[in-house]
Amino acid sequence: MYAQMVDTGARVAPGELDEQEQRFQARIDEGIRVEPQDWMPERYRKTLIRQISQHAHSEIVGQLPEGNWITRAPSLKRKSILLAKVQDEAGHGLYLYSAAETLGVSRDQLVDELHSGKAKYSSIFNYPTLTWADVGTIGWLVDGAAIMNQVPLCRCSYGPYSRAMIRVCKEEAFHMRQGYDLLISLCKGTPEQKQMAQDALNRWWWPSLMMFGPPDAESVHSQQSQAWKIKLFTNDELRQKFVDQTVPQAEYLGLTIPDPKLQWNAERGHHDFGEIDWDEFYNVVKGNGPCNRERLATRKKAWDDGEWFREALVAHADKRAAQ
Amino acid sequence: MNSTWPLWEIFIRSQHGLAHRHVGSLHAPDAAMAINNARDVYTRRNEGVSIWVMKSADITASSPDDKAALFDPANNKVYRHPTFFPMPEDVKGL
Repeated sequence: MYAQMVDTGARVAPGELDEQEQRFQARIDEGIRVEPQDWMPERYRKTLIRQISQHAHSEIVGQLPEGNWITRAPSLKRKSILLAKVQDEAGHGLYLYSAAETLGVSRDQLVDELHSGKAKYSSIFNYPTLTWADVGTIGWLVDGAAIMNQVPLCRCSYGPYSRAMIRVCKEEAFHMRQGYDLLISLCKGTPEQKQMAQDALNRWWWPSLMMFGPPDAESVHSQQSQAWKIKLFTNDELRQKFVDQTVPQAEYLGLTIPDPKLQWNAERGHHDFGEIDWDEFYNVVKGNGPCNRERLATRKKAWDDGEWFREALVAHADKRAAQ
Repeated sequence: MNSTWPLWEIFIRSQHGLAHRHVGSLHAPDAAMAINNARDVYTRRNEGVSIWVMKSADITASSPDDKAALFDPANNKVYRHPTFFPMPEDVKGL
């Protein structure tokens, strides 16, 4: 649940930085965290707002595919776990919105940008959750991919973002494990249940690999983000790490990863894997995935339906303050 | 719109006997709702036994520009640390 293709603004060569910016970069190189009141280049501030808010939006929209299954969870135990997980996602969104606000942007502005379609959220949440096995697969793959990206971000250069990431990572470990635990149950169940898990893996595998963003060669903003230490590893590095980690986990479940080209490469010490359909990825990012419109419409409806309640809370607070 | 909801800073005491620690911030229309929201946002896993909330606008913070003026004077007073004084090894209890 995180940011993809964050625009870093116009590129400035290291030799062209003014003196203040050189000092800023030197502090980052030394590993000194940037705090809200410190001077920072406008490009750094804007890039971080884009990255953190996209990350926050992903957490909020990420509640929807799983929330879809709360009323249909197969047992009270699974229902309680899923409720707790979805509540965590809301919490993660709030930690991140708070971090973004320290950069001088208002919560309303951020929410408006999500609802108007100006701000993005992770492509992965535009896929539907068709069966109960999808809930497990999201925890295993989607939260697994998110952890891979977020653990390094605990060391990123912006203090409030790194502190938010530390909290998020602690809770994501629960998300991944509950998903894997759910899949263990299905894979040890009836042949139909195991088939349901295989079907979910077939649908979620490639979109999960796309979560890491475009290949490094096409990732125009990576270099600047890495210099600023708001991105610690490249998209391809993290994607490879994810594949290597996930293959034995799939083997344990007795599930087959839907990629005929997937195989261990002893020379590289990594798994080779097949070509990702980047046309599909860009199409989803552009708003044409299976659920893009539905997700935004659901978000907006929740916001609009809650307006009377938000207003009532303010009216109550004002009345109290006047007494 | 919640633009009228002020920002609150949240402090949590994790155990009796420890100090309240700043954990983050959130928006709420009043102090009571801020405590309710803080409960949901910051203590979902038994992180606290007590919550303080305070309007962010009420905090006065030192400016990063004053860092030198405020903190440099402590830099050259190493004698304030006990390790400044070499003690004879064979004398105990110091």
